[in-house]
Order: sequence, then C-alpha cells, then structure tokens
Amino acid sequence: MLERDQVLHVARLARLSLSEEEVVRLGRELSGVLAHVEKIQELELEGVAPTSHVVEVTDALRPDEPEPSLPVELALRGAPEPVEGGFGVPSPGASPA
Amino acid sequence: MSSADELIALTGAEAAARVRAGDVDPAELFAAYRERAAAEDLGAFTWLADSPGEPPPPDAPLAGVPVAVKDLFCVRDVPSQAGSRILEGYRPPYTATVVERLLAAGAPLLGKTNQDEFAMGSSNENSAFGPVLNPWDRTRVPGGSSGGSAAAVAGGLAPWAIGTDTGGSIRQPAALCGVVGLKPTYGACSRYGMIAFASSLDQAGPLTRDVTDAALLLRAMIGRDRRDSTSVEFPGAIVPPRRQDLRGVRLGVPEELCGEQSGIEPGVRERFEATLALAEQLGAAVERCRLPHAPHALSAYYLIAPAEASANLARFDGVRYGLRVDGERELTEMYCATRAAGFGAEVKRRIMLGTYALSSGYYEAYYGTAQKVRTKIAEDFASAFERFDFVATPTSPWVAFPLGSKLEDPLAMYLNDFCTVPMSLAGIPAISIPCGLSQGLPVGFQLAGPAFSEQALLDAAYALELALGFDGSAARREGGG
Repeated sequence: MLERDQVLHVARLARLSLSEEEVVRLGRELSGVLAHVEKIQELELEGVAPTSHVVEVTDALRPDEPEPSLPVELALRGAPEPVEGGFGVPSPGASPA
Repeated sequence: MSSADELIALTGAEAAARVRAGDVDPAELFAAYRERAAAEDLGAFTWLADSPGEPPPPDAPLAGVPVAVKDLFCVRDVPSQAGSRILEGYRPPYTATVVERLLAAGAPLLGKTNQDEFAMGSSNENSAFGPVLNPWDRTRVPGGSSGGSAAAVAGGLAPWAIGTDTGGSIRQPAALCGVVGLKPTYGACSRYGMIAFASSLDQAGPLTRDVTDAALLLRAMIGRDRRDSTSVEFPGAIVPPRRQDLRGVRLGVPEELCGEQSGIEPGVRERFEATLALAEQLGAAVERCRLPHAPHALSAYYLIAPAEASANLARFDGVRYGLRVDGERELTEMYCATRAAGFGAEVKRRIMLGTYALSSGYYEAYYGTAQKVRTKIAEDFASAFERFDFVATPTSPWVAFPLGSKLEDPLAMYLNDFCTVPMSLAGIPAISIPCGLSQGLPVGFQLAGPAFSEQALLDAAYALELALGFDGSAARREGGG
C-alpha cells in the first residue's frame, strides 16, 4: 500500500500538485496497480539481459553538417511568455521542500 | 458525377481508382466527406480542414483520397494537442514525417481525430474534447486510444485514417469499431512529429475499411527518416494483397492468451474459433502454441510505458507551448499548477506510476525487471515463429463496452490490452481484422508475425477477409447521423 507521504513525494518529483481527493484516490489506485504488476518480481530472470531496443539498429549516426534550424520567431510562436527572443519564466525562488 | 452516398460507399482503393480513371473528381470526394464529418455527432473529429489544397498529380498513389489523422500527429499550423488541455492552442511549426509522406502520396488532410489524452486509454473517454461514441452503438465506447480514427472510418466520416499504437491503440479500437487496424514493426514508420507517449513502443499505422486500404496507406508511410534515428529502411516492398487461400500457412494459437483463464468473453471466443475454422478451410494448419511469459506482458507494459511517459511528458511545463497556470508565482509552483490543471486523471495516474517506478531505490525492481520480462517475451515469440508463420488471438477480450463502465477501475481498463501488449513489447507487427459480430457488435481477429512480415500478414489477412465477407455498411449509415 502506497502511503500518503510516498504519494506526495512522487507528486513532487513529477511536478504535479494534487488535491486532497487526488492524494487519497491515487494512493488507492496506484497500490492496486502495483500489487498486480509486482508479480513479475517473482519470475526467474537471473542472467536475462534487459531489452534496450527491439529492432536491431546499427550505426544510426549521420554526418554532422550544419543546416538551417527552426527560426526563433516560429519556435517562440506558441510560448506563453516570449521575452526578447527567449522563453520567459517566473523567478525560480526557494524550491518548495 | 456521383452522389455523396455513392462516394462514401467506396473504399479508399476504389475511390483512388475512380479518381485515376477520371470518374470521380477528388474535390467532390473531399467535399462529400467534409460535409459528413462536419455534421457528425460521434465526437470523432477535433478539427476539420476547409479545403483539400492543390489537386494531386495524376500519378499520385493515394490519388486525392483524403485521410483523417489522429490529433497527436503534429501538422504545421493545424491544432495538434494530443487530446490534452495542456496543449490548448498549440499549432506546431512542423509536420510529422508520416503525415508529410501521406500528403506527398496525394492524400489531403481531412481533419484531426479525437483520442485518449496522450494516447493513454482504451475507451477514448480520457480526452479534453470529450468521449467518442461507437457508430455501431452510441451508448458504447469506440475503444482507444485511436478511437476517433476508428469511429471516423467505421462511421463513413473518413475513407481512411491513421493512428498510433503503443500497447494496442490502433488494433483494439479497430476491433471494437469493425475496421482493419495495423501496427507495423517498431521502426517501420518514423516517429518524428508524433507527440510521444512511450518512445520504445509508439508506432504509427493505418485504420481502414479493408486490408487493401491498409496496404496502400502503409506503403506510403514506411521508410527510414533521418529525423528519427530509430526508424529503419523497410526491407522489401508493400504491394496490394492478392492471396486468396492460406495453403501452407501455419497458425499458432497461444494458450496463455486464448486459454480458459484469459477472460475472453464467450461471444468473442465463438467468433475467434469460427475464424480459425475458416482459416483451416482455406488451407492453414492451426495448432496450439506457447508464449510462456505472455501473461506477464501487461505488468511489464504498465511499468515500461508509464515510466517512459513520465519522462516524455516532463516537457509540458508551461514554458515553451500550451497552457500556463499561475505564471506570476514561483517557477516550481508554476510547473506544478500548470501540470495539475492541464493533465487529465489517467495521464496523472500514469505519470505518478512511472515516476514511482523510476524513482531512486525502485528503478531496478520495477523498470529493470520489466525490461527483462520484455526480453523473455520477445524470445517467446522468436521460438513460436520457428514453428509458425503467425500467432492468432482475439484482438480484444470483449466487444465494445458501455460508456463509463470501466472508468472507475484502472486495472479492468488495462485488461483491454491483454492480447495486444505482448506484440508491442516484442516490437513485431500485428493486424486486426473484423471477423463477425457478437451481440450486434464487431469482434476483432488479430494476426501477428515476425519483424517486417507486414506483407505476409496483409496477404493472410486479405485471404481471411475475402472468406469472412464482413459487412460494415450498417455503421456507415449510422455514422452519418
């Protein structure tokens, strides 16, 4: 069972603020899902290599040649707060503990 | 000159042939679908194009037959928000490679289709645009996450469509809506411009009225793209399927996915068994096979996909695009408030699950173990394909279910993917074709083959399709409202 403190810790890591109702509900739902998926830990997997890529791909490099990239004004077009050719953000104050 | 109803009755391939023969004006074809899609009340579309643009060149393979595209494909200057409120107002500055390829092949964009938010869901009820209704029965879900694409094709609102499949998101809605859905081999289609869910699993593919149409769209979509380093040059060509029998084809039916413990409802099982019998009549050898680790695929999937999603969705932070909430506050508070307001319940659930699975002290036990299970599942398929050409299962354990009936129980919802996630984890191609009705609702039959066996899959599916003679016209009449 996921404790309330663990739910809040994970939410902080995920940069999600949760309502009180969500804390309770997610604790319950995640515990249910984890109890199910944890069964894979009972499998004999000694010496099995984890999958890193399903299809064999070798040498996915390309020549490092300069080419035009997205124009700044186009990249900034959807930004909530474009500032002098960059992305504006609120001041990073003391991080909430 | 044809009436709109006559045009809507044509498959994509038939319409393309008529356009090329000069019997159908592509502008008229676009207008006929545009009008139906604008009047639809299934919730299938999130945006519609006003015009088809330039007429296609005379030799264009898709000949001006318009295509509906799942919302999560970026299209330049067209709203593309992956069904999420957090991308409200986002109009990408570039176009996804597969969409570019379809446009270049002569298929104008008809519109963007509704979907579960960031492709997370199996019922299309997790969308900022509201749910999609199943054209066979409007009180039921179309499946998900490519529910809008499936409903649009089934309801005759689009000649054909594309979607994405991470754990079944093309095949399951195709099954529930009575259309064909193909998930290609991982790497066959470029992921460039697809708003990412789980990068090691996401693949684009077609949703179509029949197998021939699936082949035509797939042919236009595949190929290596220098903007996606995981894409590969497809070995061999895709051609329209012609095969009319299954002589010499060996079909394996995995005990672990189709046995008594698998939760397949009786009506679906009945149609599945009847289709296997039909395959035998066509000359196939059908035998039981084993995929010992397949029952654990769902668990591995629901660790790997949320883990990758939690990383991919970190980019939605109110800085570069979309929604921003509490912009006057401190930076971290702005992040947290924006994400709380912009993401829906299922997306939050998966971000939390994935963040937990990747967090310090748990990584090896969850993500690491799941990636090892993934290796075992791929090995199981490799062994099966030593004896069999394809593996066959029902696509979904059940037919389309009533709206709202599984929303309160995430685990029950995740079980939708029981028969589709093993192929996703192994990166292999799989196709779902409609194989009849149960309780008046479509049942999907899934065939999966080794990596890059798409042509053989299409050929086998085509032979079955001919023999099955499934008729989806009832849903197309309903889809028109």
